[in-house]
This record gives sequence, C-alpha cells and structure tokens, in this order.
Amino acid sequence: MNKPAFDVQATNAASRKAAPRKLSLKERYNLMTGDLGWETTYQPMDKVFPYDQFEGIKIHNWEGWQDPFRLTMDAYWKFQGEKERKLYAIIDAFQQNNAQFNVTDARYINALKLFFQGVSPLEYAASRGYALAGRNLRGVGARVACQMQAIDELRHAQTQIHTISHYNKFFSGLHENSYMFDRLWYLSVPKSFFEDAMSAGPFEFVTAISFGFEYVLTNLLFMPFMSGAAFNGDMATVTFGFSAQSDESRHMTLGLEIVKFLLEQDPDNLPIVQHWIDKWFWRGYRLLALVAMMMDYMLPKRVMSWSEAWEIYFEKNGGALFEDLARYGIRLPKYHEVASKEKGHLSHQTWATFYNYTHATAMHTWIPEPHEMDWLSAKYPDTFDKYYRPRFEYWDSLAKQDKRWFNPGLPMLCQTCQIPMLFTDVGSDPTRVVSRESVYRGTKYHFCSDGCKDVFDYEPEKYVQAYLPVNQIFQGNCGGSSLSDVVNWCHVEPADSGDFAQSEDRANWNRWTHADAGSEA
Amino acid sequence: MTIRALSPDYEGTPRDAEENFHGNRLLFVYWQNHAMFCSPICIPVPPTMPFAALRDEVLPGLYGSHPDFAKIKWNKVHWFHEQEDWKPNPSKTLAENGLVHKSLVQFSTPGLTGIGGSGT
Amino acid sequence: MSANNNVFIALQATDEARSIIDAILADNPAATRIDYPAMVKIDAPGRLVVRRESVSERLGRDWDLRELQLSLISLSGNIDESDDEFCLVRG
Repeated sequence: MNKPAFDVQATNAASRKAAPRKLSLKERYNLMTGDLGWETTYQPMDKVFPYDQFEGIKIHNWEGWQDPFRLTMDAYWKFQGEKERKLYAIIDAFQQNNAQFNVTDARYINALKLFFQGVSPLEYAASRGYALAGRNLRGVGARVACQMQAIDELRHAQTQIHTISHYNKFFSGLHENSYMFDRLWYLSVPKSFFEDAMSAGPFEFVTAISFGFEYVLTNLLFMPFMSGAAFNGDMATVTFGFSAQSDESRHMTLGLEIVKFLLEQDPDNLPIVQHWIDKWFWRGYRLLALVAMMMDYMLPKRVMSWSEAWEIYFEKNGGALFEDLARYGIRLPKYHEVASKEKGHLSHQTWATFYNYTHATAMHTWIPEPHEMDWLSAKYPDTFDKYYRPRFEYWDSLAKQDKRWFNPGLPMLCQTCQIPMLFTDVGSDPTRVVSRESVYRGTKYHFCSDGCKDVFDYEPEKYVQAYLPVNQIFQGNCGGSSLSDVVNWCHVEPADSGDFAQSEDRANWNRWTHADAGSEA
Repeated sequence: MTIRALSPDYEGTPRDAEENFHGNRLLFVYWQNHAMFCSPICIPVPPTMPFAALRDEVLPGLYGSHPDFAKIKWNKVHWFHEQEDWKPNPSKTLAENGLVHKSLVQFSTPGLTGIGGSGT
Repeated sequence: MSANNNVFIALQATDEARSIIDAILADNPAATRIDYPAMVKIDAPGRLVVRRESVSERLGRDWDLRELQLSLISLSGNIDESDDEFCLVRG
C-alpha cells in the first residue's frame, strides 16, 4: 500500500539529518539480493516457475540459500570492470610487442588450440546454461547468483576470443572454433558433456556444473593450463586465464553451498544429489582426459604431471572436501578409485589416440623429444617405459623413414562420454581396452567403463539420442564418405591437421624466430 | 531406473538405429593386445558379407600396417563376440554367424605380442 | 585415499597480491607457501584467515576485503566472510 505523502517526507527528512551509516556486508547482501524477490500474485508461483519440481528435489525455505561471498550487483560491476581494464591493458601490450613469439616453441600453441576449440565454447554454453537455470529457480539468492555467473561466463568466452584472435593471425587451427565445436569428432566430447547438463533440470544443472565440475574438478583444468601458459611464456593466456579463474573461485564456492543447501532442505534430496555427484564426477573426469594429455605432452616446459595434479587436487583436496560432506551423508563419488588407478596411463593413452588420428584434427601432434620421454619415464616409472615408450619409439622410427603412421580406421566411441574406447583395464591388462555393453529395447550400446555404463543405464531414454560423430559419418550426414569430405565439412583446413614436423606452423615459426639462420628480418 | 522428465511419457529416438545405415550395420572390431591401434575400429558392413571376406579383405586394410599382421596364423586365432567365445564359419555371412547391428568382435593372436613384446 | 584437512588459497603473483600473501603468512603461522609460475598457493591446516587490517597496513591504504576477488585464483574450504575477516575453514 502507498504511504501517505507526509509520512514519506518525514522519513526522508530524518534520514537526511542523520549521518549515513555504512551498511555491513550482511545487510547489503540482504537488501540487494533477498529483498529483490517477491511472491507473485497475478499468477501462482508454481506456474511462474514450472520447472523446479520435476526432478524430485524438495525445497522448504529458499532463504537458506546464501552466497558465501555475499557479492552484490554494485560491487560485482565495480570489480569486474577493474578486472577487464587490467586484462585489456595486458592484451594491448602483448599485441604491440609481438609477444606471441616469446612462447617456448610453436608446439605450445597446440595447447592453446585445444583450449580454444574445446573449452571456450563451454564458457559460452555455461552462460546460456546459467541464464536458463536462473530463470527456472524460484529462490532469489539462487537467481542472482546464476545471473552473475551467466555474465561471468559470457565475459570469459569474449575475453578468450579477443585474446586468441591475435594468435589466429599467426597460427593454424584457431580460425573457426564455434563451427568446429559443433562438428569435429573430438569436440563432441566437451559439447555433449555440457548439453547433457543443460538438458537436465535446473537443480541437476547447478549440481553438475557448479559442484561436480567447478568445485571438484576445475582446479585440474585452469590451474595446469594457466600455470603451464605462464611457464611457457604465454602472458596473454595467463592473464585471461587468471582473470577468468578469479570468477571461477566464486563459482566453485557457490557449488559447495548449493550442495549443502540441497542436503539441508530435505533428507529425500540426499540420494538424488549423491547420484548426480557420482554421475558428474565421472563425466567430468572423462572430459579431463584432454587436460591430462595437454599437461604431459603438449607443454614444452612442464609444470607438473597429470598424476601429480590428480594427487594434489583430487586425492588430497577432494578427499578433504568429501570428509566435510560426510556429515550430510555424502560419500566419495563412485569409481573415484578407478580414476586414481588410471592416473599412470590416462595422458599416454589419450595422446596416442590423437597421434592415431592427427589427419582428422585441427591441431598437430608429435613424438616427444628424447629428454621429454625421459621426463615421462621419471614421472611414470611404473607405466611409461613398459607400455608407452615402445609405441612412440616405433612411430618415431617410421616417421624418420617418411612413413608417418596414421590409423586407417575410425574409432568406436563410448555411447556416454563419446571418447574413443581407448581406456584399458589398468588393473589386470593395461594393453587391453575395457568394454561394457547394455541392451536397451533390443539394441546394443557400448561403453568405455562401468561409470559410463551406469550413466546410460540410469536414463537410457536420454543417451540413446547421442550424436556420435563416427556413426554420423557412416550414416552419410557429415559432408561425404571420404575423410577429406568430412574434414572439409568440419571447416578444418589442410594446414590445421597433420604431424607438427610437416606443419606450416613449424615452418613459419622457424622463419619468424630465425631458428633457421639467415631468414629475413 | 526411469528417467525423470518434464513429460511423463518421455522417450528418446535412438540416433543410430539400424535403418539409418542404408543397408549396412555397424561392426566394431578389436585386435587384442595391439594397442598401437588406440581403440576398437568402427566399420559399416552389409550383414550379407561372408565372414571370410571380413577376415581376408577388410581386416588387412585396417590392420595390415602392423608388423605382426602378416605373421598371424588365422587357424590359431581366438575370436570373441562381445566377451564370449565365438567360432565363426568363414563361408557363412556375418548375420548367419550371429552378428547383429553394433556387435563387437574381438580377436586375439597367440604368440604375437606387439611391438617389442609391449602389447603395442 | 590420503586425505588431509588442509584449506588453501591460490593468488596471482602480482604486486598487489604480494601484500595479501605477506599478511596471510604473518596471520597464519601454520600456513605454508608454494610458488608456481605466476601463482602462489598457500596451504593451512584446518583454517586460514585473511585480515583486512593486516593487508591495509602492508598496502599503506584502506583495503576492502572484497578486493580479494581481483587477486584470487582458487580456494578450498568453507568460506566465512565478515567486514574485517575472510576465513576458510574445514568442517
């Protein structure tokens, strides 16, 4: 109801007289977040927010949702603006100084290609996903947090495009990331991961991305990529990376709060949340196979091995997190022990797979230099020399006779994670792949692991629809029947693929950096 | 487990139904302990193809680049359909030998242990 | 699985963050510092506190705790933030 006019004037006069009191962080948060929401009256709340109940999650009191940073929109704009100014000052300096030539060597750029093709489009997808989740969750704290994150993620996509567009002037594989993301076989792995989350309900989406991915696993994505960039002289990437990561730490914290909030609201939420944690841990871990090979094979100067990063960020740090959550009844995600067993094999198997199929990728691969193989032997004393060095040395011997080996067939893909079925049974026979099968409505479906089979068996209606690139090629939906037809259809240009040794990137790099003596200034 | 979806009768349309492959079926082939080939290989083949044609005409194109391939003694090879022992009749078709759309066929070649004995 | 009860905070290796890092190490005697390229990670058993006053003193100006956002890379633990302290705790 409107107050009488004289009342308002009196209140204003009183507040003018008193010295303005600075609001505490908590008061500001309550005023500028909680007080922005209201109970709708023209339409019932259930009709305004029709999608936040079908997942079975029960919420009794939305006020239990608290942003741990208590960030309000006014402060958000101020700090984000400052981050942008810092970032663009550095990008300008980077470009003006041709700093792309300061990276260790041109092989490093392929880590950037993998990031730009596979991760930057996820930032954009996350922006869409959080906008959608914010629309569908009825609690005001959750809506404001999702809105901020949607804006953050859009910022990440944009700053990555701006930064990397400079590299695009000099190197291959960076020219059409969004197009490739929709079509290129290995990029269906991150794409389908995110679309799986976005096509779930809003609670599963935030549990999947904010907790499962951002909180439990994102340290394994950004910290190695950005420390790796710093170590390899890539100042521009370090800067956008850490600028994004400062938002990421807010997202991670929110992820933990979301899970605690759901568990505090109703005991019936526990089995649903535990299932999501199991599912999204495994989905996220499989996605990180790409990061594992980046760390161990694609950085000319290495920060730490995948195995070491897994120990620090999952086994130690994740272990402490799940001890914290034990009082809510949450246990460690199912198959975490499989992930730990695979840590001595993951990066080698993934890199070998990209080596098999470099004629159909928008990045280059190579055989590690002898001193790099020695690093791998030292970091992986139980596995590298026994299982992996022989294949790299054999391939190297073929390449030296101008017979660079490629796999002439196309790989069988896992129905769930869409990665080629490359993961072996590391417990009993590390040279033999694991395969699991389900039959649903009379048709066979194959999986790389028990983790991926479980995800399918829980919701087969969803995963029978998976768009598996190899199978699509054989249905005739990908531009033609020859490999070059398919590669063209993905907008991969000849210079983008093939072995690094024969690449334009390498030839240009040697010319520009005077690695070949006597070239022009 | 039934999916929780907005629509109670939700079901998905399988994207890899057999009729989408123009008369072919997908077949997955895996040569055990030869990890130079990073994963099983996916090929489209007609169900009427004789097993002998798969073995003698298709497999060499996929695996012939491995130095062990020429040394395979085909009468000693162990075949598996999925995880089960499988004794295909070479003159019968793939379908008559029991293969269906998206079958996984594995074979092991005793005595051939890959590059330098490493299972590669 | 060899868990521990450490919390951690990772900060950019920048001029401004140096004061924050120094303040954290002074206020948390059990904390340990690990240097990575472009990044400093600080681990502490059970609890780690960032005090507004300690950072302000070192920077020579009033420092708002929320400015931490500008230097932060990552963290682990439950957050408890007031106007004067930013705490990371386990349990």
